[in-house]
Amino acid sequence: MGVHVLALVGGLIAVGFMVELLRRRQLKEKYAVLWLLVGLVMLVIAAWPPLLDDVARATGVKSGPNLLLFVATLVLIVVCVHLSWEVSRLEDKTRALAEEVGLLRLEVEQGVRAPDAGSRG
Amino acid sequence: MTRRAEQLCESGAVSQRCLVVVPALNEEASVGDVIRDVKRVDPAAHVVVVDDGSTDNTSDVAKAAGADVITLPFNIGVGGALRAGFRYARRFGYRVVVQVDGDGQHNPAHIPELLVALEGADVVIGARFAGVGDYEVRGARKLAMKLLARSLSRRTGERLTDTTSGFRAFNGKAVEVFANDYPAEYLGDTVEALVIAARAGLRVTQIPVEMRPRMTGTPSHRPIKSTIYLGRVFLALAMSRIRR
Repeated sequence: MGVHVLALVGGLIAVGFMVELLRRRQLKEKYAVLWLLVGLVMLVIAAWPPLLDDVARATGVKSGPNLLLFVATLVLIVVCVHLSWEVSRLEDKTRALAEEVGLLRLEVEQGVRAPDAGSRG
Repeated sequence: MTRRAEQLCESGAVSQRCLVVVPALNEEASVGDVIRDVKRVDPAAHVVVVDDGSTDNTSDVAKAAGADVITLPFNIGVGGALRAGFRYARRFGYRVVVQVDGDGQHNPAHIPELLVALEGADVVIGARFAGVGDYEVRGARKLAMKLLARSLSRRTGERLTDTTSGFRAFNGKAVEVFANDYPAEYLGDTVEALVIAARAGLRVTQIPVEMRPRMTGTPSHRPIKSTIYLGRVFLALAMSRIRR
């Protein structure tokens, strides 16, 4: 029974933390939804442990905890790959911005060579 | 220098249509001489130094030597520095870009020859092992360079012997392609750029040039380093093969 209480408290804290981050606008919605889902699943399993074993039996996995570990690992791997992808995109964007800043700085220093630059002297 | 190269020089062809892009990271000791050497080839040549987040006085030295300087806010790698150069060229209507490294190992006296070769190609590489000069590398690095040369020769349909040379000339067609898409990753700037060129239907060719020993810094000849380099070459080649 103690373990179930622990899992329940853990799930509640996780979901509460996510909601708080979202409330303070510290987390983009697309990430928050994922973690909220994970937290909710944790809560449901903690509140009603037999569910895990039922699902395990239905999918042909020998024990509930095995299924839980497998799914958890899978989710974490997917999340990690997704984050790497996001970081790569951000690096590309940062690079493009850095290039643009360099070009703009040069143009400002030289006085913009726009078509009407001559008329202003 | 050939007669055609002399003609190009005398007619001011270098300055009129050509932008010399010098990517530089902490090259205050050599970049000034590089710019002066370019100006010796053509006093009116337009040189733009791309300062890739240097922590020394590269920018000031380059400005004092008469170059325009694109100062990047932080280090983004040679590929990014070059793309900034290509974008500058496109924005201000230069029809040719010549890339010269800031460390002084490329002799700007060869620029007119690159431009002559550019009349029959879209990208010209100044190759270091093609018979002129005595530049040499050994060990794993040599193997890596041979491998690259063979693979990229096949891809571009042209016999290339030095695919990692950063001494290159690009015509308007190539500038347009690379201003949009120039690879950022290490080795990408040399290897993948050629693959992109081949895919875009650009003609790539090389001419032999003489390399000077670096004015500053040390070339990487240490065995561990060159082995890592070889590994990266394999990866870069494999990636360029499967990349969209």
